[in-house]
Amino acid sequence: MRAVLLRDLKLAMRLGGGFGLAIMFFLIVTVLVPLGIGPDLALLSAISSGILWVGALLACLLSLDRILSLDYEDGTLDHLAISPLPLENVILAKATAHWLTTGLPLGLASPLLGLMLGLPLEGFFWLLLSLVFGTPALSMIGTFGATLTLGLKRGGLLLSILVLPLYVPTLIFGAEVARRGSIGIELQTPLWMLLGVSFGVVAVLPFASSAVLRINLR
Amino acid sequence: MSLWEYSNPVKFLKLSSRVLPWVSALSGICLILGLFWGFFWTPDDYRMGSTVKIIYIHVPAALMAINAWFMMLVASLIWLIRRHHVSALAAKAAAPVGLVMTLIALITGAIWGQPMWGTWWAWDPRLTSFLILFQFYIGYLALWKAIENPDNAADLTSILCIVGSVFAVLSRYAVNFWSQGLHQGASLSLDKEKNVADVFYHPLLLSIAGFIFLFLALVLIGTRSEIRMRRALVVAARRMPS
Repeated sequence: MRAVLLRDLKLAMRLGGGFGLAIMFFLIVTVLVPLGIGPDLALLSAISSGILWVGALLACLLSLDRILSLDYEDGTLDHLAISPLPLENVILAKATAHWLTTGLPLGLASPLLGLMLGLPLEGFFWLLLSLVFGTPALSMIGTFGATLTLGLKRGGLLLSILVLPLYVPTLIFGAEVARRGSIGIELQTPLWMLLGVSFGVVAVLPFASSAVLRINLR
Repeated sequence: MSLWEYSNPVKFLKLSSRVLPWVSALSGICLILGLFWGFFWTPDDYRMGSTVKIIYIHVPAALMAINAWFMMLVASLIWLIRRHHVSALAAKAAAPVGLVMTLIALITGAIWGQPMWGTWWAWDPRLTSFLILFQFYIGYLALWKAIENPDNAADLTSILCIVGSVFAVLSRYAVNFWSQGLHQGASLSLDKEKNVADVFYHPLLLSIAGFIFLFLALVLIGTRSEIRMRRALVVAARRMPS
């Protein structure tokens, strides 16, 4: 499992695209929003946590079809499927690699972008926390979506259509944690809900995804 | 004699051809009676005026939009567990009906909301969760369309339906985080003595029954044509040895 994980990480680093692309996209979205709605810092700081969450979600969405499609095309996935490693673990390794190359860097970069959007100082910690704990769910749900659309021509659009409604709870709870953190009100409930969604998704979806993968590879 | 006998497509077709006229007729009668009664023989509400009458379409459609997804969930589970093709095809046939019901609920709600709330749309928990349900239907139908192998498509959409149900329920509770919103609470629930004033209640029940029968009739028609489509494909494949 570690070998699969390390291999995916190396590929993501060396091929480029996956790693830098998400961050660049995140940067572009957060730069475009103030250009679109004007430089009013009071308005921006009120909506900054939401913008950053939506930006992170879109950046995550952008790199989803890379999780499995390359391995599917060159046959690596078939090898992984017949290897002694359970398919559930393969899925988990793939999702983890995706998280380490997109979700985690996005979370770490978010305070910097929050600064540009005038996010209140007390919100930085909660924004970072909500993104770091929310993006694993995004990666895992995305991997599930990627298994569903595996091998389809023009699967990219379908992948977005399938995954977006599944992203809703994570987005709502995550953005709520960041928003409440930035205005300094009680955020226990959404935080626990976010953690619950994240851990629940990581615990259960590998099984659903590997079931889907087995159907797609038969 | 058990229910599973009708997982045999031939028996299902035979039974459904006998049931279908009755269901269709009942649907027509209930809908015509319920809607006419509702539209013309009930008084205007003292606050909402005649806009109250949209309830006879809005409430049943919303009810069926959710129940159609529930029916798809049950049918998907039956397909995954017992591999009855009729069940998978029934789930497929129910999806467009559910999609249209969702759309009707959203549109009639907007038409009612404009004069009453002063806005076509609000990001209210109920409205938002219906929009999400709409997206689920779109994704489900798009996945059916995209996959060529019918058994794979049935498997994958079933799994999507099950996972989607969990997320749909989660979303419903997630959107509750934003205050109650504009939409009133449930109009109908089983544990309340009295839901709506009787003048509006009886025609409403009738039109709900009409919508239920309409849904049943449409799903039966859809399933029957899906079965026949499968047959036609098999026959075509036999004729053309490749």
